[in-house]
Amino acid sequence: MKNFHVAIAGGGVIGSAIAWELSKYELDVVVFEMGSDVASGSSKANSGVIHSGINSATSSLKARFCVEGNKILQSLADEMGFQLQWIGKYVIAKNHDERKELERLKKVGDANGVFKLKIVEGGEVNEPNVSCHSALWVPTAGITSPYEFTIALAENAAINNVKILLETEVKNIEKNKDGFLIKTNNGEFHSKLLVNAAGLNCRNIVSMLEEPDFQIYPCRGEYLVLDKNYNSLVKSMIYPVPPKELGVLGVHITPTIEGNILLGPSAEFVDDAKDKKTTKEMMENLLKEAKEIIPTIPDKAVINAYSGIRCKLASPEEGGWADYRIENSKLTPGLINLLGIESPGLTAAPAIAKEVARMISQSIDLKTKDKFIPAKKKRKRFYGLSEKEQANLIKQDERWGRIICRCEQITEKEVIDALSNPLGAKTLSSVKYRCRAGMGRCQGGFCTQHIVRIMEEKFNMNVKDIKLKSPDTNLFYGRTRGARND
Amino acid sequence: MVELGEQEMTNQTVDVAVIGGGPAGLAAAISAHEHGAKNVVVLDRNSWLGGILPQCIHDGFGVEETGKSMTGPEYAEMYIEMAEKQGITFMRETMVLHFDKNRKITAINKNGLHEINARSIVLAMGCREKTRWNIMIPGDRPSGIYTAGVAQAFINLYNIMPGKNVVILGSGDVGLIMARRLKFEGANVLGVVEILPYASGLPRNVVQCLDDYDIPIFLNHTITSINGRERLREITIAQVDKNMNPILDTEKHIKCDTLLLSLGLIPENEITKNADIKIDEITGGPVVNQNLETTLDGVYACGNCLQVYDTVDMLALDSRRAGKNASNHTTDRRIKNELEIIPGAGVRYVVPQKVNKAGITQLNFRAERPREKSTLHVIANGEDILKKKLPWVNPANMIKVDVDFTTEVLESGKSLEVIIDD
Repeated sequence: MKNFHVAIAGGGVIGSAIAWELSKYELDVVVFEMGSDVASGSSKANSGVIHSGINSATSSLKARFCVEGNKILQSLADEMGFQLQWIGKYVIAKNHDERKELERLKKVGDANGVFKLKIVEGGEVNEPNVSCHSALWVPTAGITSPYEFTIALAENAAINNVKILLETEVKNIEKNKDGFLIKTNNGEFHSKLLVNAAGLNCRNIVSMLEEPDFQIYPCRGEYLVLDKNYNSLVKSMIYPVPPKELGVLGVHITPTIEGNILLGPSAEFVDDAKDKKTTKEMMENLLKEAKEIIPTIPDKAVINAYSGIRCKLASPEEGGWADYRIENSKLTPGLINLLGIESPGLTAAPAIAKEVARMISQSIDLKTKDKFIPAKKKRKRFYGLSEKEQANLIKQDERWGRIICRCEQITEKEVIDALSNPLGAKTLSSVKYRCRAGMGRCQGGFCTQHIVRIMEEKFNMNVKDIKLKSPDTNLFYGRTRGARND
Repeated sequence: MVELGEQEMTNQTVDVAVIGGGPAGLAAAISAHEHGAKNVVVLDRNSWLGGILPQCIHDGFGVEETGKSMTGPEYAEMYIEMAEKQGITFMRETMVLHFDKNRKITAINKNGLHEINARSIVLAMGCREKTRWNIMIPGDRPSGIYTAGVAQAFINLYNIMPGKNVVILGSGDVGLIMARRLKFEGANVLGVVEILPYASGLPRNVVQCLDDYDIPIFLNHTITSINGRERLREITIAQVDKNMNPILDTEKHIKCDTLLLSLGLIPENEITKNADIKIDEITGGPVVNQNLETTLDGVYACGNCLQVYDTVDMLALDSRRAGKNASNHTTDRRIKNELEIIPGAGVRYVVPQKVNKAGITQLNFRAERPREKSTLHVIANGEDILKKKLPWVNPANMIKVDVDFTTEVLESGKSLEVIIDD
């Protein structure tokens, strides 16, 4: 059994950001992630928005970490090589009454330290497909790829000796005088400190050690993804005035960093935090609400739908809004709890990670590593390069010249690189989230067979072990009758 | 056979460049060569030729064309041999990135980027399958959901079993053929679910693939939910009313680990759209004239990227026309009158969408719904220029007629209409 200074439960964006922050120091750190890859829960299923901080009450932790995170993110993106664009957002008012709400949002934003907020008239909105009474322009809002961001943090942490254990579920935790004995399906571990970054499972982790003083209210949000062919519909994010109840932001239209457009999310409290289905009602409603903003969105533009679950600490009866809880447990010394980290958690993650490092420094002396290995500057996607650059790459390695995913023009080299990741994640989804193969309009119709062939031939995987996304999502049942048995 | 593109960066000029080496591309290339094009190149994304055919190991190919029934691989081989004999050039594992108005093609393969200047281009990129999200099936997102063609590729090309207990949604031909294929491999095929009151595949496939193996077909039914958070566990189906809306109290659950989707095909025309060629919103293929020439001069289209065909035989015959016309392409033509051919009542679409030359033109079209004892009218200036009894029509069966357009009709300047009535 190995001893760690810090164990982190959860490999979402929060757990990964903390792991990366701690990887700068002389510490032994382990991350337990029950999924087959990092970012396999809420961190992959959200809008991918870098929030400005106008939506959270002044002096709340949400506002503080959102604004701080927003300011760190550009340099982090430069350092880690994930994509980020400050496309800005309009919160649009349909009438004079809603405009009052814009003024309220601006006031909150100004108080929270959000720069350059401006209320503009409908005619000044620089989006030809959107008509509205007036709008709040938020230039400091941006977009990123939430999974690319999380993966970049986790992979660089792993390169710097953080142990990231996938498909590893925390089953039981015992507190002893030196720390915690953590039992998983993947062995037992000991750690001085335990960081609870388990997202929707944060209450389960707490309850292994003490009686939780809170409840989790899962709130599902469904999304639709539009074909890249329709990416000229909007250039910036278009948000409605937030609905009064539920503590959510309303159905918005969001360009993604890869050139699609997202419609959503819905907001629906559900009993089961694992219930990530998409429903007919919501899919129809998302299109309807989006068409109220942009009437020209065609139905056939939809190429995918998904849902994510918000981790809320307040019930719908309480209004759905509660602040984050980022604290040392009072009952269990050494347990650092991060509770209710919902939106703007993606934006807040790097700032929360710094705060957690500060909390850890109160019990462990943090010594900066001499040999921290910086993230490899990520190359642009092949299709984003100039023809000359493309030709040069093919000259170096012919695998750049074989297109595996036709819709997104992803090459064999990119697929192999994705499968060679330092976390050892090898599902079809882990390929998809790293290099985008399978995310286009045919949704893997052409490339799945080629990726499977690469998994078999280049990575010696047995077809029975090839999974879609999580431990029990096998794709195949072996060979056909009469085929060579392996 | 000649292989091109071995150099890092080639820049070459050809008479005819065919994009896609499936049955349409091969037929077009052969025909172009037969009609005088000396330098014909076929570009294909796969490492093999024949497109989808190598995975179609059932028979029934070539009956209309040659009088003998072949398997997909045999049929493909026949064309590949013909092409080899003619010395047609192939560039395999080569993807066309784009082409421009001057018919300069940019393509990529393991040897680098290639520029090809073509006197004429034939588009033959084929099609892709509709996915779950094209019809927005609600529910969980488990593993075990495949489009029928992907499942067919895994079984027939790679000997991999995608499932054991299978339901098929949609009764298109690929779905019907896969029902039988899975049965042969020992899977339980629990049924085919079809939202329409009739099967959308060819009647012979319903008999030979379902009836002969006692596989039930649930007509007027659709899937209302996919259940299973990891591997697929169950689907919920329900009967639909006249407006295709599910009747909720008819819902029932079917336990299964695999769902195959046979929902229809979408012509692949991304590079066509990028070249600003006009697309017919109904067919999903480019708008063409009687020569199968698109709205971009010197660019022709054929096969499933033009319109989705019922059989490869019909597709190959039409593709030969595209190849011939591409071979004969000259740039000094003056087109005075171009008439639109409009699908009217009872007709879903018509190809070609335009005609600019008097003479006999072949029209391909599909009926909007099945009907008996109906009549086809081709109407110009309010008058029938062709009237034909159609004893039986079905949207699954493409209808082909030859129409003689006179100079007077063409000079009238008014559009033509094709209708089917009782």
